[in-house]
Amino acid sequence: MKKLTINVSPHIVSAMDTRYMMKGVVKALIPVLMASLWFFRWQAFGVILAAVAGSVLTEYSLQKIRNRRICTGDYSALVTGLLLAMVLPPSIPLWMAFLGGVFAIGMGKEIFGGLGFNIFNPALLARAFLMSAFPIALTSWIRPVTLDAVTTATPLGLAKFNHVLTPYASLFFGNVAGSLGEGSALAILPGLVYLLYRKIIDYRIPAAYAVTVAVFSGAAYLIAPEKFMPPLFHVLAGGFLLGAVFMATDPVTSPVTKKGRWIFGIGCGLITMTIRLWGGLPEGVMYSILLMEACTPLINRIARPVRYGTGKER
Amino acid sequence: MIREFTKGLWKENPIFVQVLGMCPTLAVTTRALFGFSMGMATLFVVVCSSVVVSSIRRFVPRQVRIPMFTIIIATFVTAADYFLKANFYQISKALGPYVPLIVVNCLILGRAEAFASKNGVGRAFMDALGMGAGFTCALVVLGSVRELLGAGSVFGYRLMRDGFTEWVVMILPAGAFLTLGLLVGLFNIINSKKRGAVRAG
Repeated sequence: MKKLTINVSPHIVSAMDTRYMMKGVVKALIPVLMASLWFFRWQAFGVILAAVAGSVLTEYSLQKIRNRRICTGDYSALVTGLLLAMVLPPSIPLWMAFLGGVFAIGMGKEIFGGLGFNIFNPALLARAFLMSAFPIALTSWIRPVTLDAVTTATPLGLAKFNHVLTPYASLFFGNVAGSLGEGSALAILPGLVYLLYRKIIDYRIPAAYAVTVAVFSGAAYLIAPEKFMPPLFHVLAGGFLLGAVFMATDPVTSPVTKKGRWIFGIGCGLITMTIRLWGGLPEGVMYSILLMEACTPLINRIARPVRYGTGKER
Repeated sequence: MIREFTKGLWKENPIFVQVLGMCPTLAVTTRALFGFSMGMATLFVVVCSSVVVSSIRRFVPRQVRIPMFTIIIATFVTAADYFLKANFYQISKALGPYVPLIVVNCLILGRAEAFASKNGVGRAFMDALGMGAGFTCALVVLGSVRELLGAGSVFGYRLMRDGFTEWVVMILPAGAFLTLGLLVGLFNIINSKKRGAVRAG
């Protein structure tokens, strides 16, 4: 007997499936992972392993318990674990990283019905959870390479609370304190190029995000250079690059239309800069992306493309 | 009669099934003890007001029943509030405005309107007792989970070892929503398993 299978759109069959996309993201993450291992050595290795183990094991066991198809083969849990590790501080206790992985998949993804149904990027959601559960562990930073036990501040923290400008070269190469994967612009940019080239992500969100951050911080710098940092600093420092390339472009939680993606990127930029310049925290990338993801259904509704032939007459 | 009591504990649990009275549920359950106190205060109010509402149900004109219920409830809430203030000042301070706010707890008005005003005193008493007990149990469970993870203790008894890192989020509002959501989910899983077993058998 023939079975009628009903699927959700898109119905076009192409080589571009979840597995392909996730594999692409893993490849794009390789330089970032290398950089984190170089700068934070065994600490980075442990955190990455714990976060990945937490997310992959959680996905496997939840799908097993609920008698669903086991989807660990599509690499999405692996990507979530890797991304989570990249946004955690290197000195975090390993069980917290593991718990973050469990939370990312359990509360961030599977509880909504699995991949494709989640409202928020699981990795960022887990970081937000860890941030509010263990605020001290999530805001203690160590120096890269030397791995001094002495805690230090991130470039954004230094800029905000001590008004110290970190040299651009350190920001570019990543020789700064911060989350595992956020430091090195040099390591993130090849990933961006690769993802764009393989058409895994759309240029609109990162572009809108970057332009907004640059314009906003540029304007603030022109008005009060003694108080604020130049735009190049804001683009290179903190989690902006990592967030704009790997988080804000999450295909599940970002808007689907071109116009919607511009709105999404601009919104991320505005919230990020508002938090960075006037908020209580030095960094706002995580909350800006999460807030805009909450708006994604609305944006999708506003930015609906005009049907051919029904638009305004020229 | 017994069924009127037990339905509030599980089948029609005010929090996990009816999802009523969310405001105190989320706000005061940072500690198991606070949840228990809140539950007992609510239990007192719901039982007394249900009995009074049920006993005067024949004399109250339909058009003014809601103001009547509210006045009855407010009377008992004031009594509970002053009782706590006089005898358990620390708890009263910790519960803050949520004791006077029992007046607007939809659980109590709900029982008065949906049950007590239509049933005899005995049945109304049992119903209110069950609902109050169900409410208290749910608050204690919620408070215990949040206190255990957020402070490492339950009812003030330390259960976690010394190196335990408190999950600050659990005593923040976000932790209340997370815990409540997971508990409601767990409740539904148990119920659907039970229903499945009944159907299979």
